[in-house]
Amino acid sequence: MAETTLISQKFLELKSKNRLAFMPFITAGDPDVDMTKDLIRTLTSAGVDLIEVGFPYSDPIADGPVIQASYTRALNGGITVDQILQAIAEVKSDDTPPLVAMVSYAIVFRHGVEEFIQDAKKAGFAGLIIPDLPGAEAAECFELVRSYGLDLVQLVAPTTPRERVQQIVQNSSGFLYCVAVAGTTGVREQVADALLDQLRWLREETDLPLAVGFGISKPEHVMPLRELADGVIIGSGIVRQLEDLVQGAVDRETTLKKIGQLANAMVSSTART
Amino acid sequence: MSTATAQVPDQLGRFGPFGRRFVPETLMHALDQLTEEYERAKADPQFQEQLANLLQTYVGRPSPLYFAERLTEKAGGARIYLKREDLNHTGAHKINNTIGQTLLTLRMGKQRVIAETGAGQHGVATATACARFGLECVVYMGEEDIRRQQLNVFNMRTMGAEVRPVTSGSRTLRDAVNEAMRDWMATVENTHYILGSVVGPHPFPMIVRDFQAVIGREARQQCLDAVGQLPDEVIACVGGGSNSAGMFYPFIEDDGVALTGVEAGGRSNKPGDHASPLSYGKPGILHGSYSYVLQDDDGQTLDVHSISAGLDYPGVGPEHSYWKDTGRVQYTTCSDEDALATFQKMARLEGILPAIESSHAVSQALKSAANRSPDDVILVCLSGRGDKDVNEVARLTGQTL
Ligand SMILES: Cc1ncc(COP(=O)(O)O)c(C=O)c1O
Repeated sequence: MAETTLISQKFLELKSKNRLAFMPFITAGDPDVDMTKDLIRTLTSAGVDLIEVGFPYSDPIADGPVIQASYTRALNGGITVDQILQAIAEVKSDDTPPLVAMVSYAIVFRHGVEEFIQDAKKAGFAGLIIPDLPGAEAAECFELVRSYGLDLVQLVAPTTPRERVQQIVQNSSGFLYCVAVAGTTGVREQVADALLDQLRWLREETDLPLAVGFGISKPEHVMPLRELADGVIIGSGIVRQLEDLVQGAVDRETTLKKIGQLANAMVSSTART
Repeated sequence: MSTATAQVPDQLGRFGPFGRRFVPETLMHALDQLTEEYERAKADPQFQEQLANLLQTYVGRPSPLYFAERLTEKAGGARIYLKREDLNHTGAHKINNTIGQTLLTLRMGKQRVIAETGAGQHGVATATACARFGLECVVYMGEEDIRRQQLNVFNMRTMGAEVRPVTSGSRTLRDAVNEAMRDWMATVENTHYILGSVVGPHPFPMIVRDFQAVIGREARQQCLDAVGQLPDEVIACVGGGSNSAGMFYPFIEDDGVALTGVEAGGRSNKPGDHASPLSYGKPGILHGSYSYVLQDDDGQTLDVHSISAGLDYPGVGPEHSYWKDTGRVQYTTCSDEDALATFQKMARLEGILPAIESSHAVSQALKSAANRSPDDVILVCLSGRGDKDVNEVARLTGQTL
């Protein structure tokens, strides 16, 4: 895998700056595509390193209540794959950091695997995370994704035994998504010791950058990861800010400002020195 | 595709192209573990003996094969025999699977069991097996179904199970499966998930089929004993597809035996009006498996409808998709209306209140029998009894209890 991709370039660049990557997750279409475009612009200005864009799915078993509710809101608003791709194509500029699509295999398969990859690339995505296409099941899809010059990011879970890791790494590129806790996405208080151990041995198994997600929600969570991880991902911590917006408790401006501030704080926390 | 064989699935959980495992990495290890433990249990005579003993002394097996004389007269053609799964302890075929999987849970040293349920039959069967073996039991059930199936909810709680209402998404069986999978991801170390049908990621479709295949094995032998020949046709209803898979599997390589699966036709063949993925759906991904499914063009799962809560599911087991595409099993539908009419016919003609799910199968048997000669024999899987459905039937026929 010699050719570099936008995502691997980004991690190389961060390494030379001695920083971790900060990668926020947002749901496309929650509550509508205009908000999604505004969020991408806001996060870009805040200096985030990559952005994960979730494609709403009706049966997201890997997601906790916050993201699931967000998906439900977006689907109730009538969001479709084509609308998401169009919005991404419209909002993407030279400043936009690499965008990673988080999308269920149910959607990719129905769309047509190759067609989806093609369309995602055309819209401006740099990579895909297909959380329900694990390990060996991903082999075929991995070849296709790579042939279009995109990355297919795989997940490693706390329950993943070391013997399985090579199978996963073989079909993964860009970075490895290290799931911090057994369970679903969601906001949690602390980073587990077991995760730190796992990051240590993962480092011996692969040269891929290691990004930690699930349960990361604030700058304090980054501290213990600084020496062991190459990136952190916040999902529910950002998405839940939209709940107040949808309930009418705050307006769009305020929501964007709050998310921008959180992103700024996270970006500052990712400097190693 | 070529002809169907019984030598499926392969090591990757494939039935032809169907099945496999499309689940988050967090569950992969538990599925590997379960596969290994199941293979060991299958080869262990002690396990098999314990299972057989429980099926006999606790569940009440073998269940009888009964000649439905007046139903046969009414249809005016082939002889109709009913495989009486309704006479099992807890009143349906579901317990064949939960006893088996509970024994697996004990072998794996896990202390806690979770399950999903729609109508509540699988929930009750799981709560029953857990009570019998002193395991902690949590059952996920859609908020709507809890309201409609109070009898089963009461029974589960009485046996010590916790019934957790599911308020996310569609609030039905499909979301109960999602919630159970989420629970399992966080608790795999000490918890086993007893899936209630031949759906989900490998090895569940295989394990549930194998535990339900006792239905077809018994029925096949009982038919040979009673009429001296194999049946001409075997009919069963298909929700997730477990009673039908258990009934059909031992006949798969009996080429002369026609197999017919009956899906919930609901109100019409329009999206949202039925629960018939094999008849009206397309292959896709749902709940960790590749199989026929009811989805929109974006891969979002469609809402489904059936008079019967137990058939109200947008997916179906991957082995059925394999049987459909190989042409080994014919799939058809039965409308809400026909199922209800058959429920009443069964009550009046045979003195049996069938589950409304099973009424779908009997309805098709009446049609098929009418087109066959009296020399022909049809076996129907009567998957459960109808006590749970009397409120709904009363409501639909304008009566009060
Ligand atoms: C009596 C009865 N029959 C059939 C079904 C449908 O399930 P399956 O298709 O897995 O047999 C159910 C499900 O609850 C049931 O209770």
